[in-house]
Amino acid sequence: MKKSLLLTSIAAVGLFAATTAFAGNLTVVSWGGGYTKSQVEAYHKPWEAMGGKKINSEDYNGGLAEVKAQVESGKVIWDLVDVELSDAVRGCDEGLLEEIDPSILPAGDDGTAATDDFIQGTLVDCGVASIVWSTVYAYDKTKFSGSAPQTMADFFNVKDFPGKRGLRKGPKANLEMALMADGVAPADVYSTLTTKTGVARALAKLDTIKDVTVWWETGAQPAQMLADGEVTMTTAYNGRIFGAQVTEKKPFVIVWDGQVWDLDLWVIPKGAPNKAEALKFIAFSTDTKRNADQARWISYGPVRKSAAPLVGKHAEAGIDMKPHMPTAPANFKNALQNDFAFWADHQDELNEKFSAWLAK
Amino acid sequence: MSEQVMAATPHAVLAADGTPLKQRLQKTLRRRKLIAAGLVLPLGVFVFVTFLFPIFLMLFRSVDNPIIHENMPQTVAILEQWDGKGVPEEAAYAALVRDMVEARKNKTIGRVATRMNFEMSGVRSLITSSARKAKKMQPPFKDALIKANPIWGERDIWVTFKRLGNEYTATQYLAAVDMRYDSDNNIVQQDEDRQIYVTIFGRTLWISLAVTLLCLVLGYPVAYLLATLPAKYSNLLMIMVLLPFWTSLLVRTTSWIVLLQTNGVINELLVWLHVVADEDRLQMMYNQTGTVIAMTHILLPFMILPLFSVMKTIPPSYMRAALSLGANPVRAFVKVYAPQTVPGIGAGSLLVFILSVGYYITPALVGGRTGQMISNFIAFHMQKSLNWGLAAALGGLLLVGVMVLYWAYTKIVGVDNMKLG
Repeated sequence: MKKSLLLTSIAAVGLFAATTAFAGNLTVVSWGGGYTKSQVEAYHKPWEAMGGKKINSEDYNGGLAEVKAQVESGKVIWDLVDVELSDAVRGCDEGLLEEIDPSILPAGDDGTAATDDFIQGTLVDCGVASIVWSTVYAYDKTKFSGSAPQTMADFFNVKDFPGKRGLRKGPKANLEMALMADGVAPADVYSTLTTKTGVARALAKLDTIKDVTVWWETGAQPAQMLADGEVTMTTAYNGRIFGAQVTEKKPFVIVWDGQVWDLDLWVIPKGAPNKAEALKFIAFSTDTKRNADQARWISYGPVRKSAAPLVGKHAEAGIDMKPHMPTAPANFKNALQNDFAFWADHQDELNEKFSAWLAK
Repeated sequence: MSEQVMAATPHAVLAADGTPLKQRLQKTLRRRKLIAAGLVLPLGVFVFVTFLFPIFLMLFRSVDNPIIHENMPQTVAILEQWDGKGVPEEAAYAALVRDMVEARKNKTIGRVATRMNFEMSGVRSLITSSARKAKKMQPPFKDALIKANPIWGERDIWVTFKRLGNEYTATQYLAAVDMRYDSDNNIVQQDEDRQIYVTIFGRTLWISLAVTLLCLVLGYPVAYLLATLPAKYSNLLMIMVLLPFWTSLLVRTTSWIVLLQTNGVINELLVWLHVVADEDRLQMMYNQTGTVIAMTHILLPFMILPLFSVMKTIPPSYMRAALSLGANPVRAFVKVYAPQTVPGIGAGSLLVFILSVGYYITPALVGGRTGQMISNFIAFHMQKSLNWGLAAALGGLLLVGVMVLYWAYTKIVGVDNMKLG
């Protein structure tokens, strides 16, 4: 172990020597674009105004590769990272993340203890959730003159709703949506996917649109593809479509039926240079006020029950944000929570199966 | 020996200070060699530290398999004695429970579970949940573990444990060629719906060959013009070759997206000209066609420049001589001109081919479903699945493939017959 650690650290020092970080600043890493902007406005600015350590905001593309490289080389420069739930759990399993004691979190504004105030399942050993986001599908309403798509099944219905489709290049969310479109109830989706026939069924459903599908990889792509007319409907992260609707006035419509929702969480890489300060930042940025404020900038829902009623109008466009939240009652009727445990167990196998299916 | 003989001969030539000239010459040469070596040393160290050493590390990672060995030491030691028939004895179960308690305390159980999960899909949560219960288990541990999860009563998981207990393993290389060990430790084909990498290696090879050939066909006339036109025109042409060469790869790739996408410039033009109907626009982007077009454009200068530097040295008088001796232009070109450009063709093709084999960003952006290459999968395992061992094995195979091709090339064409610019 020591030997290989030494070897990797020598290699990694070279890699990271180029990246300079001010040891005094708190390095906060997130996904960039409108999402990072919402965090800067709702968390970073008030934090610095309150006298917290100056924040050095960096962007990344998700995944644990950088965290793993930093931790294994012993040269950790990131203090806080915004990750998906499956990565928070996996990073914790692999010993890449610090454990976070939920007792550091303040009670809700209404006095509810933090552990009760956070929606169930949003606090894990190494992570504290900040938002609920969702994979939905959206279409360009100028492309459909008659009836418009309304259900998950409509996404797979090329006969009544012709045109190219956009899907993320990966099994996650696609397999679930395919099964829901094929008539599987959200509650049964993951138990179906644990069987071989269930996976085959999902892939068979995806086969029906394989020839008309354009595959995207980064969150910014789907809205762009819709705008370019490259596709008529595409799956996307709801905040990105909202951004295009509101700030660019695009004629896009989100279909919430069959949405697959997930969480983004704050995690601290093991051995982060400013761990104590990072913990304080987590407590600060996930309190009720900040949690609700964040939703004024992008349509990702708060994870605190006490924050939900405080969600107000968009900070710039002035429209009411509540109906745009994935968790709004009207949107949440036929929703599925991404099962991180299922994906942690099966992602290697399903990635291979999906890639093999894709290459055929 | 011969030195002494030489020095002893009465007619040896002496230098000004009286030592034999030959000795002095050798001394000087040795000093020069040392100085030369000293000058090259920094580069040598640089290449070693930043190039050879990381490659070695990567290759090491593809066979290195420390996780189970280090974190489950007692179980591994006992399983070494196990003959692999049925399920192991109580001692192995007891060792597993002790190891699990220890690994959970050290927070390494997750790494063990993840490593096992790469080989047996779905066992991750089962191992972590059994480990959670391990501390409270009472002997006999065999019954306790099987009660916690029936899978511990099956032979498969123990065989996998034993196999992964080895410090070094070939499983990653097997996985990289769509093979695996079955429960009797025979090497078998991966299930058909999980076979992927052989196809992708084949595709990578095919795309690289297509790109190399297209670059040659497109680059040869350009290089010929560059070498033969008067300086006034050829300079302008050279700038047109070099300008894109200096432009960022990303910019050029995204420009192709603008041009080739369904609602892009070319399709709009074709629809406007009524060449294609509005509803069946050509799909030239997000597939193999897109990858080949964009890569050909980006790699073209790597073909043109070596070709140009070779063609520049061919005196125009040779062609004139061939023509004046009665050969028609085609024959003169084939017999006299083309053979002299072979070193340029060789160098250009090799450069373009080797660069294409490892291409990553362009296929990622424009490749869609059918235009992905092996580097995209290596990146996937580096960044997303965190299966660095498999990424290293895929990279290792790619490296060996390129070296074999290079070797074959030097055997067939000869390394002297290559002029890199």
